[in-house]
Amino acid sequence: MTLPLFSTTEDPGPDFAGLIRRLRVPLPPMMAPAAGGAVGGTGAPAAEFRHGTTVVALRFADGIVMAGDRRATEGHAIAHRSMEKVFPADRYSAVAIAGAAGPAVEMVRLFQTQLEHYEKVEGVVLSLEGKANQLGQMVREHLPMAMQGLAVVPLFAGFDLARRTGRIFTYDVTGGHYEETEYNATGSGGRDARTTIKLGYRDGLERDAAVELAIQSLYEAADEDSATGGPDLIRGIYPLVATVTAGGFTAVEEDEVAERFASLIERRRTEGRQP
Amino acid sequence: MTMPYYVAPEQVMKDRAEYAQKGIARGRSLVASTYDQGIVIVADNPSRSLHKISEIYDRIAFAGVGKYNEFDQLRVSGIRHADTKGYAYSREDVEARSLANLYAQYLGQVFTHEMKPLEVEILVAELGTGLRPPQLYHIAYEGTITDEDRFAVLGGETEGIVAALETAWSATWDLSGALRAAVGALAGADRTLGAADLEVAVLAEGNGRRSFRRLVDDELVALLT
Repeated sequence: MTLPLFSTTEDPGPDFAGLIRRLRVPLPPMMAPAAGGAVGGTGAPAAEFRHGTTVVALRFADGIVMAGDRRATEGHAIAHRSMEKVFPADRYSAVAIAGAAGPAVEMVRLFQTQLEHYEKVEGVVLSLEGKANQLGQMVREHLPMAMQGLAVVPLFAGFDLARRTGRIFTYDVTGGHYEETEYNATGSGGRDARTTIKLGYRDGLERDAAVELAIQSLYEAADEDSATGGPDLIRGIYPLVATVTAGGFTAVEEDEVAERFASLIERRRTEGRQP
Repeated sequence: MTMPYYVAPEQVMKDRAEYAQKGIARGRSLVASTYDQGIVIVADNPSRSLHKISEIYDRIAFAGVGKYNEFDQLRVSGIRHADTKGYAYSREDVEARSLANLYAQYLGQVFTHEMKPLEVEILVAELGTGLRPPQLYHIAYEGTITDEDRFAVLGGETEGIVAALETAWSATWDLSGALRAAVGALAGADRTLGAADLEVAVLAEGNGRRSFRRLVDDELVALLT
């Protein structure tokens, strides 16, 4: 490796994706120029790829809660039981992914590096909206792959330091992104999760109530959707939950998540309802 | 046919070194020292936005003295190198030694082959791990690289600062102790430096994955008193 120096007219600035393109580091498929070419046909890819499933985000009084189940599927088979789908994007934002697992995880890695790179080179942090736009560009460049059946649909949320509030952004495969005022969910079980949150959502929820609602929504999604994993009591694998507030990104302790699932199940049992 | 004047290579090198040294001596000095929890870097720099100290990677910091535009270019290329390496391989594969070597090679090459040497002196600091002690790589304008495990002083006239730190340095310093000694050494006998005249940053554990942190405002004032 040599020191990456550029003439002033060719300097990539704080853009990490532009930098690695110039340095010819192998790019993830969503950023590689070849992926921009014509792509034949739509529909299912020829081979089975790993897919991640349900992720949710909702706003509460101090910020946002984000949560995701742990299952990855390959066709109808379970490919992985402890996949992570909720990541810190930087200190004040989080990103969750649904869709083709390989490119999604790669997109998150590039996104995280991109945000940190910008911050270090420029000496200031990107605005939350700036971060959301960056992610939108990555999703857009991934569109040709999405047309081949390898869609990646992230969910982005964070604490806006300028506006002192939590904000949530959802995406579609074209890179279009939309700000949500309350909550949203994406992935195969997203619909069930969304409905659950809708029934329990109020403005200005407390942190505990918001975490509880996120957990409940994943529970219901797992109950209805075969590709969404519920709490795995035997192996001790639980969905990942994180909050982003003025204090930054915090992962909710696994013990707390386990306890909330246990009491949720217990409640259902004593109430005499079907789980 | 006219013959170019012959200038002895010794003379060429001497002139270039003198030129670079003069440029560096125009700026103010900088001190880095290890303490019990990490590394503290202190610059005599009243600016709040034009930094001399900055973050390169999770456990690596950069500091430069001399011409701002020249060391800033080196700083950015260091961040690029580290981020690219961490992205292509893994975060733990990024280490200060290889970056310091790249800087040394580049500075050496510019010194011998270009018209004008870079008027900078830079420091690459790396926080230690359980296996490795903290490391301070000091790279001079002509590419000379030295590694220190106690303290490093960058700038034009450093003898006084080095001598002061040599007598004061202690392996069991806490942050406040190291900081006050560094500020005292930088200020010298006939000046005092307050929080407003200083740029201070640390590489320390307990700050998550990214160990670089700037000390500003009240926190800095409290540590100095």
